[in-house]
Amino acid sequence: MDITEFYETFFEEAEELLGDMERHLLELDLDEPDPEQLNAIFRAAHSIKGGAGTFGFSVLQETTHMLENLLDYARQGELILRTDIVDLFLETKDMLHDQLDAYRNGAEPDPEAYARICQTLKQLALDELGHGVGSEPEADIAPPERAADETEGLTAGNTVGEGASEDQAHEAQAAETDTGWLRVVLLNVSDKDRELLVEELGNLGAVKEQHGDAARYEVVLESASSRDDIEAVMCFIVEPEQLDIAAIAAPTETTQAEAASVPAVSQGDAPASEAPPAEQAKAPAEKAPAQAAADDKPANAAPGNKGGGAKKKAGGESATIRVPVEKVDQIINLVGELIITQSMLDQTASELDVASHGPLVNGMNLLQRNARDLQESVMSIRMVPMDYVFSRFPRLVRDLTGKLGKDIELVTEGKSTELDKSLTERIIDPLTHLVRNSLDHGIEMPDAREDAGKPRTGTLTLSAQHQGGNILIEVKDDGGGLNRDKILAKAAHNGLAVSDSMSDDEVWQLIFAAGFSTADQVSDVSGRGVGMDVVKRNIQAMGGHVEIQSWPGKGTTTRVVLPLTLAILDGMSIKSGSEIFILPLSAVLESLQPSNDDIYSMAGNDKLLKVRDEYLPLIALHDILNIDGSEQDPTQSIAVILQAEGRRYALLVDDLVGQQQVVVKNLETNYRKVPAISAATILGDGSVALILDVADVNRLHRQRANAPRHAELTASRQEDVVHE
Amino acid sequence: MSDMTQAAEAAIDTQSQEYLVFSLGSEEYAVDILKVQEIRGYENVTRIANAPDFIKGVTNLRGVIVPIVDLRIKFHLDKIEYEGQTVVIVVNVADRIVGIVVDGVSDVMTLTSDQIKPAPEFGETLSADYLSGLGSLEDRMLVIVDIEKLLTSEEMALVEQQAQ
Repeated sequence: MDITEFYETFFEEAEELLGDMERHLLELDLDEPDPEQLNAIFRAAHSIKGGAGTFGFSVLQETTHMLENLLDYARQGELILRTDIVDLFLETKDMLHDQLDAYRNGAEPDPEAYARICQTLKQLALDELGHGVGSEPEADIAPPERAADETEGLTAGNTVGEGASEDQAHEAQAAETDTGWLRVVLLNVSDKDRELLVEELGNLGAVKEQHGDAARYEVVLESASSRDDIEAVMCFIVEPEQLDIAAIAAPTETTQAEAASVPAVSQGDAPASEAPPAEQAKAPAEKAPAQAAADDKPANAAPGNKGGGAKKKAGGESATIRVPVEKVDQIINLVGELIITQSMLDQTASELDVASHGPLVNGMNLLQRNARDLQESVMSIRMVPMDYVFSRFPRLVRDLTGKLGKDIELVTEGKSTELDKSLTERIIDPLTHLVRNSLDHGIEMPDAREDAGKPRTGTLTLSAQHQGGNILIEVKDDGGGLNRDKILAKAAHNGLAVSDSMSDDEVWQLIFAAGFSTADQVSDVSGRGVGMDVVKRNIQAMGGHVEIQSWPGKGTTTRVVLPLTLAILDGMSIKSGSEIFILPLSAVLESLQPSNDDIYSMAGNDKLLKVRDEYLPLIALHDILNIDGSEQDPTQSIAVILQAEGRRYALLVDDLVGQQQVVVKNLETNYRKVPAISAATILGDGSVALILDVADVNRLHRQRANAPRHAELTASRQEDVVHE
Repeated sequence: MSDMTQAAEAAIDTQSQEYLVFSLGSEEYAVDILKVQEIRGYENVTRIANAPDFIKGVTNLRGVIVPIVDLRIKFHLDKIEYEGQTVVIVVNVADRIVGIVVDGVSDVMTLTSDQIKPAPEFGETLSADYLSGLGSLEDRMLVIVDIEKLLTSEEMALVEQQAQ
C-alpha cells in the first residue's frame, strides 16, 4: 500500500490537533497554568511531530520539534509563560498550519518563514532558558531526557567534560537501553491493580525485584521491551500519571537509583523550583556526577513518558471517520424509506391474529424500535453544534484586541445549538467579518468607554438559537452604535439615494452597500469598504438575511437569520381539514379552545382573541392556506398561540395531532419558495407534510387584511418590538 | 445505462433519438427519454396552498421532496381522472426533479430527424417555444415536448425566476 494514501488522514488529524493546541493556548491561565492543559498542548505538538516524521515532512517536523521542546520546558515550569510567549506559540501554530497546507498541496513550505520562526523560537529559548533548543530532527527526544542522558554518560564512567557532545550522549543512551533493565514505579495503584500489573510485567520480561506500598511500588524488570511498549500495555489498567518507567543502566546501580527515588518524587511535584536541567547537568558534572545522574533521571524522564502514554489515549478518544456529506444524505433518505416500509409492514402485521403469529408480532415490535433508533442516530450525524463555529473566535478576538489596544471580553451563548455542518462551514466567513467590524468599529477604546460611563472592558456576545424554522445568530457589541449622520453623509457621498427622513432600519441597511465604510481610518482589521456587501450576499446565498439593530452609545446587534436546510426540528403536528401541517414547537406558546366571550371582532372581518389580558390577532389557518373542509366555528377549533419575530398571534386549527421531531427538507431544491411555508418533512406514512413559517403566516394575513386600523395596530406593535 | 449512452451517441450520429411516449387524453406526446428518471404511480401528493392548479403538490420520492405537475390541467384537457392507469413520469431537468402526471405511458420510440416536423404556431395553451417538433409515425402524430424548457418556464411557476 502506498503511504501517500494516509497523507489525508494525517493532514486532517494534524489540523484537529492544531485546533486543540490553539484552544488550549487561549484558555491557559498564565498566572496559574493548568498542568493538564500544558500537557495537552505538548501532546498535540508531539503527535504532529511524530506524524510529520513518519511521512517525511521534515520542515513541519523540525518546527514542531522546536515548539515541543519549548512546551516541554513550559510544562515543567522551567519556562514561565507570558502573553508574548503564548502569542509566539500561536504564531508558530499558524505557521504549522501554513506548512501543513503547503504539504497538502504537494508543495514545500516557505523556507524563509520557516527560518524566521526557527530563529524566533531559538531566541526565545536562549532568552528564557539560557540555552538553545535542539532543532535536529534526529534528536527525537525531549531535552530534559537528553540532559539526563548526558549525565548518564558521565556515570557510566566516560571521562566527558562539561561540553559533553550530543553524539556521546546518544551513545550513552544507546548503552543504557541495551542493558534491558527497567525500573517501573507505580504511584497510587490499588493492590488488585498492582497484582495485575506485575503479572503483565512478568509477561513482558523477568521481574527481578519488587517492593513498596500502595502509594509507591517499585518493580525492577529485565525485559527486551521498550519503555513505550510497557507503557502501552499498562495504560489499559492505570493512568499514565500513575506510571514512572525509567531505564536503569546496570543492575548494580539499582540501589543507587532507589536511594535517589525520594528526591526524585519531590522534584516531580515541584519542578518549578528546579534550575533548567542543562545547568543542573553541568553543575554536578564537576562534583558528584553519579549522584546527579540518579537524581535527574527519574524526575526528567517521567514527563516524557507521560506525554507518550497520554498521547495514545487521546488518539483513541477523538477517533473520527470522515465521510462525504452525500453519503450521509443518502443514508438519511434510505433510513427514512426503511421507517416507512416498517410502518407499512406494521400495519399489515397488526391485522394478524396475535395468538398464532406471536413471534412475528414480537419481531415487528423489535424492528420498529431498532428502526427508530437507527433513524435517530443517523439524523444526528450531520448536525454539529455551533461551538464548531464559535470556537474559532476567541483567537480572533485575542489577536485583534491586542492589535487594536482594546480590552474586550468575548461571551458565547447557545454553543450547543445544532446546525447542519454545511451551514456551519459557510457561516464562518460572514461571522468573522461581523466580529471584526464590531471589534474594530463598534467597541471603543478603553478610555473612551470610561468617559462614556461604561466599563473599560467591552463585551462582544455571540449567540445562537433556534427560532421558528430558523437559526438566529447574533453578534452583539456594547460599543458606540452606528452613527446615523455619518452613514447618511457617506451614502450621499457615494451617490446613493438617501434622505434624512429614512427610518433607522433603512439607514442601517445602507452599510450593506458595496464600497461602504465610515471608518475614519482604514486599518488592516477592517474599514476598506469591502465586506458588509459580501457578508450580505453570502448570507442571502444561504437563503438567510441580516438585520442590524443599533442604539447610539449602547451598541450594535447584527442578527443573522438562516433557514434550516437539514436541521432536525421539534415540531407540533396540527390538522386543518384533512391536511397535516407542522408548527415549529419553539414558536408555540400554548394552545387553548377559544370561547365566544373571548373573541372580539374588529373592523369587519378581523378577529381578536383575548388571552388573559392580551388581545391577539386570530388567524384561521384554513383562510390563509385555502383549506377545504375545515372547522369554521372558532369555538370548535383549537387556537395555538404563536410567537414569531417578537409578535404574537393565535392560529386557528382543527386539531392538535402530536409532537414529533421532524427532518427539515428543503422545498426549494426541486420546487420554489412557498408563502407561509418554511420547508417540508416526511411523515411516518411516507407522505409529505409542510412546515409552517410562523412569521410568514402572520405577514400573509396582514397583507390580506387591508383594514387601516389593523395596519395601524400592527405598525404600533412593530414599534414596540423595535424599542424592546 | 450503456444502452442509453449508446442511444445518445447514435442520436448524434444519425440524428435519431429515443423518446418516451405518453398520452394525455387522446393525444400522444413524447419526451426525450434521457430526461426521464423513472415512472411511478400517482399517490400521496401533498397539496400546496396558493399554487397554480396544475401544480398538484409535492410528494416524497425516497426522501426527496418532488413537485408534481399535472400536464392535463396545464393543457386544459377535459377529462381529468386519477385512476390505476394514471402515472407520474419523474423527469430530471435543470438539476431539478419534477414529476408530471399523465394518463398513461405507451412506449419508447426512436425517431430520426426526418420524422420530426417543425411545430406550427399553436394557440395560447402550449407555445411552440416548448415544443421540439411534431413526430409523424405512420398514422400517429406525437407532440414532442421540450420538457426542460417547459418546466423551467415562467408560466409553470416551478422555478423561482432569478432577478436579473
